[in-house]
Amino acid sequence: MAEELETERSDIRDDGRRPPRAVVGSHRIEEEIFGKVFDKNIIKRIWAFVEPYQHKVWLAVAAVLAFTAMQLIIPLIIRYAIDHGMQQGARDNVLLYALAAFLIAILINFVASYAQETLVGNVAEDVLFDIRRAMFTHLQRVSLSFMDKTEVGRLMSRLQGDVNSMQEFLETSVLSVGDITLLIGIVAVMLYLDFGLGLLTLSALPVLFVVRLFWLPKARLSFMAAHETNSIASGALAEAIHGVRAVQGMDRQSVNFMLFDDKAKANLRTHLHAARLAQVMVPIVDTLTGIAMALVIVVGGARVLNQALDVGVMVAFLFYIQRFFDPIRSLTLQYSVMQRAMASGQRLTDVLDVPVDIKDKPDATVLSPDMDGSVEFRDVVFGYNPKHPVLKNVSFRVNPGETVALVGPTGSGKSSCMSLIHRFYDVQQGSVLVGGHDVRDLTQESLGRQIAMVLQEPFLFTGSVLENIRYHKTDATREQVIEAAQAVGAHEFIMRMPEGYDSLLGQRGGNLSLGQRQLISFARALVADAKILVLDEATANIDSYTEMLIQKALVKLLEGRTGLVIAHRLATIREADRIIVLQNGELIESGNHTELMRNEKLYSKLYNLNYASFDDIPDEMIEGGEAPALT
Amino acid sequence: MAIELLDTTVTTVSSGSGVSSAASIAHVKAAGWGKGLSIITRITVMALRHPWQTSFAIGATFIASGFQLMIPQLLGRAIDQAQGIVAGDSSNTDAQDALLVTAILLLAASILRGLFTMVQNYFSEAVGHHIGYELRLACYEKIQRLSFSFHDSVHSGDLITIGLLDLEGVRMYFSTALVRMVLLSVLIGIGAYLLLSTDLLLGLLALSFVPFVGWRSSVAQLRLRATWLDLQERLQVLTRVMEENLGGIRVVRAFAAQDHELTKFDAASRNALELAHQRVGIRVANTSAMNLSFFISMGLVLWVGGSKVIAGEITVGTLASFLTFMTILQMPVRQLGLMVNAFARASTCGARLFGLLDMDIAVKDAPKAPELTITEGRLRFENVGFAYPSAPENPTLNGISFEANRGETIGIVGPPGSGKSTIAHLIPRFYDVDTGRITIDGQNIKDVSLKSLRRSVVVVQQDSFLFTTTIENNIAYGDPWANENRIAKASESAQLHNYVLGLPSSYGTVVGERGVSLSGGQRQRLSIARALMLKPAVMVFDDSTAAIDAATEQRIRSAMRRYASDRVTIVVAHRLSSLMHADKILFVEEGRIVEQGTHDQLLALNGRYRALYDLQIRPDDDILTG
Ligand SMILES: Nc1ncnc2c1ncn2[C@@H]1O[C@H](COP(=O)(O)OP(=O)(O)O)[C@@H](O)[C@H]1O
Ligand SMILES: Nc1ncnc2c1ncn2[C@@H]1O[C@H](COP(=O)(O)OP(=O)(O)O)[C@@H](O)[C@H]1O
Ligand SMILES: [Mg+2]
Ligand SMILES: [Mg+2]
Repeated sequence: MAEELETERSDIRDDGRRPPRAVVGSHRIEEEIFGKVFDKNIIKRIWAFVEPYQHKVWLAVAAVLAFTAMQLIIPLIIRYAIDHGMQQGARDNVLLYALAAFLIAILINFVASYAQETLVGNVAEDVLFDIRRAMFTHLQRVSLSFMDKTEVGRLMSRLQGDVNSMQEFLETSVLSVGDITLLIGIVAVMLYLDFGLGLLTLSALPVLFVVRLFWLPKARLSFMAAHETNSIASGALAEAIHGVRAVQGMDRQSVNFMLFDDKAKANLRTHLHAARLAQVMVPIVDTLTGIAMALVIVVGGARVLNQALDVGVMVAFLFYIQRFFDPIRSLTLQYSVMQRAMASGQRLTDVLDVPVDIKDKPDATVLSPDMDGSVEFRDVVFGYNPKHPVLKNVSFRVNPGETVALVGPTGSGKSSCMSLIHRFYDVQQGSVLVGGHDVRDLTQESLGRQIAMVLQEPFLFTGSVLENIRYHKTDATREQVIEAAQAVGAHEFIMRMPEGYDSLLGQRGGNLSLGQRQLISFARALVADAKILVLDEATANIDSYTEMLIQKALVKLLEGRTGLVIAHRLATIREADRIIVLQNGELIESGNHTELMRNEKLYSKLYNLNYASFDDIPDEMIEGGEAPALT
Repeated sequence: MAIELLDTTVTTVSSGSGVSSAASIAHVKAAGWGKGLSIITRITVMALRHPWQTSFAIGATFIASGFQLMIPQLLGRAIDQAQGIVAGDSSNTDAQDALLVTAILLLAASILRGLFTMVQNYFSEAVGHHIGYELRLACYEKIQRLSFSFHDSVHSGDLITIGLLDLEGVRMYFSTALVRMVLLSVLIGIGAYLLLSTDLLLGLLALSFVPFVGWRSSVAQLRLRATWLDLQERLQVLTRVMEENLGGIRVVRAFAAQDHELTKFDAASRNALELAHQRVGIRVANTSAMNLSFFISMGLVLWVGGSKVIAGEITVGTLASFLTFMTILQMPVRQLGLMVNAFARASTCGARLFGLLDMDIAVKDAPKAPELTITEGRLRFENVGFAYPSAPENPTLNGISFEANRGETIGIVGPPGSGKSTIAHLIPRFYDVDTGRITIDGQNIKDVSLKSLRRSVVVVQQDSFLFTTTIENNIAYGDPWANENRIAKASESAQLHNYVLGLPSSYGTVVGERGVSLSGGQRQRLSIARALMLKPAVMVFDDSTAAIDAATEQRIRSAMRRYASDRVTIVVAHRLSSLMHADKILFVEEGRIVEQGTHDQLLALNGRYRALYDLQIRPDDDILTG
């Protein structure tokens, strides 16, 4: 097998025979499904966010209407000026009246357009931020089981892209109120000015609708395709950014570039196609405008010649016709915005509707910091999927001040136990008690405050070292922070950083080594000053020597606190007051090292297997029980 | 430009305190027009690289606006004809014929205007899309090539903003800013000529809003540019807060820090919202003022023109054509705000985008760098010293020297932060050494091509990144043309094969974002398999077996031993059983090798390694043996 693997690397070249086993960017079709154009439920949900601003919205609508009215009135004023102010024998002051009216109209126009745009713009921004906040707040409360199976990137695109398309929708929908009124207004005014001529002019309209009927389905598909290729290309770019170190390490730049080029080309192609489709409507609309104007000139002009029509009316008609098609055009754009907004709205409500399984009871107790710090499992049955329990009837008690080690092979349920203490999930049967209270009777906030956890994956936030160590416990003093850092042996390297505790960390602590990040997250848990300290394989990337230093510091720090430790190494485990052994979700024995050795069950078997680390011993070893040498 | 980008990125990292954004605003303001102009020029030059499409777009703009301008003239004529002015005393039918001719001309002009507007719009969008395509490729390639030190200093979210939003801003420039400006200038230019030659006073009045609008828009341009950048930065901070919250949700929950996070979110959100409101204010004030000035001009035309009609100096038709001309201008003037915004956006976005594209790549091929040729397969560190660019005064490695021959295994141990990973990262030149040199078969790695080097040196990283695609594609990541057999073999060697076969679609199973659906140990095994697919002369395991149990690790090791004779293997590990068989073990502390030798030699030294060893073997081993 080695020989086969070592045969010459197939060189990366496009031999034209076989495509590479490679893709860039992952694409999820479901993201792109376009919704209905109008969905009452979604509108209702969105309206709930707009409601607090409704007086502003109504004001904006009023301003839009005023603005539209001025659009209608200005040609009328011009018509009036022409017909009554400029004909031979017209009185002088008619023109002045007309001018005064015009001045008033443009002032109203100014105020209305100012008010409308400011109100709409601001309300749309406010609503955008409110929706985002509601989602973000909700995500803070939904159960971890939802978060476990949802990708961060996907949630981010809800919080950004979808929220933005709602904003766009809000802005344009107020404006389209104006468009619709303008359209109706123009029709009404034309019919009022001269019914026959008005009707004649409007005869161009049905043609437009028929043309649109054929055009729309095609355009819709094309716009969708353009939108979709956009998000494909964006996804690929995001992947390149996140995975850049792996890309360079494996020298994949050229292949990726080639693959990305395909996606970018597809993007270009669909956009050009969409642009073509969007633009064919332009000459059609212009032709119809031309026909309408020509009709007014021929028919209306003849009537003016025969003195059957005022010339001012003809002028007004010509003005209106030019404005007539603008609203129709922008309403079409509105259509695709609506479509997108409904799809986004659907996805937003999906997030907002994720049930919050774990809530505080109405009369939940606040866990006092003076509680004794005991932890107890009573016949706990728990599974991420209730049909497949991960913990089966687990019962144990950790007395105040005790340090207990949890031991067992991978997947035996150790981390799950830790999650239950914190009530990340609710048990299916039995109960978990902290300080003598069922965790379901406590407020989550107060429970969390009394439990500090160090997780295997050290997650750090953007900000300074200091901010990270005193995360959440913002009232911790600098001294407390330094003390904690010293305890875990992080002080020295922090002081070597350019600005000591005020040095800024890169994204996720990237300018620190993994082990250093683990030390900092350790210090963070110490500063939290909680009654119960939970360490879940917190020292995996730290050498034994440093680990020992931490252990020594911990002995002191754990005085008066309860400790629950999942650790790799024997030394740590043996120091514990008690050891709990889990296997396949069942507690099979517990006791101190000597007792368990005497017990001659799993623990002693594992111990005798002679591994430096306990929790990763494969199943067959446990079953077989043979003891391979360390070498 | 490169400096500016770094500038903004460094300031944004500082958790977006108000100070930093204020600083960069000042920066934009100081840079002012000159800077904006050079960026605009650069984008324009990009457009000119599509000479045909650009000429079609611009040419069609001219023609379309010509027809556009004919329309008011024809309308004016029609009105006069309708009043029998042109026809004079001739008969009614003549006048009607004349009207018919005008109507046909008008229809023709409308149709032609429509056609040419279509050409104008389509080609100007096409130019934009082509520019977008080119920039997208350039951006992708640049991001792929920029060295680790750059990526260390920039938040990934900020790069995404540049690659998506900024790129969009530049792409839109041609159609929303440039062509619209041409259109407006042509309309106003030719229109001005026609109007002024018809009636000087009335023409001047009709155009009186132009200087005001020009002045307003340049002022607004600068202000919008500054707020644009500022808003983008504030939004980035907000993005970062959300992204980190969701990525670190377990930590947030573990510390019951939801309220703390909400406070952070609210602060960032308010900060951005405030500016968003401010922007709306600037934009609206600007467009309304421009609109008002337009209508005032129109009012003046009506007033003076009306008096002239009464005085018999001009006809109603002439006045109507003036007014129609102004209605034609109304739409572009309304859009002037958008145009100004587009200019502002293009120049700020362009500054950032080009800043990225012009960035120097720290680690790159020397000119005409030859391929690395592997002969004996010997890796040497010669007195290597290195400091991360972000902390230059604080060297991470000092005087590291060692040698490894083909078939040998080197073990590296040391406390966290001692520089083990850094040593690993220097071999494939993720960073360049500051002093000393690293050679492979006598060739300084700085002198050979990066491509050949990185195919010969593979590092299995501590926290491996998996791509969201099938397991098969992930394993074949470095060699996408590999056949199935080799993929299966590599995964067998990494002790992954049996697990994969148990999955519903075996090698076709998609692993999630950052490989979430795999356990830590499985992820590490997958990245080992991925590394095995290449045929590296030097293979480095950077603590990449921490989450793999000892027995499995041992099986991986024995699977690899069969061909370890072909390469140098470097193993960074904390579990001494992983490296005690190494031909040489380096104990690294504070960037120096403090002890080196074989396991037995180091034990005999009775130093740091010995201390570590004593901690890992069990102090009461005698109980077992006894
Ligand atoms: N978030 C999760 N969702 C679904 N299943 C999980 C989750 N976390 C762990 N499991 C499963 O629960 C079992 C116990 O896991 P865990 O408690 O993490 O074990 P340990 O910490 O002992 O290795 C395993 O089979 C694991 O696959
Ligand atoms: N990208 C980086 N930028 C700046 N400093 C870094 C970076 N990566 C690591 N360091 C620093 O260099 C030192 C060595 O880190 P590293 O080689 O990762 O240590 P380890 O031995 O734990 O692998 C540490 O002090 C760390 O803070
Ligand atoms: Mg676990
Ligand atoms: Mg490291």
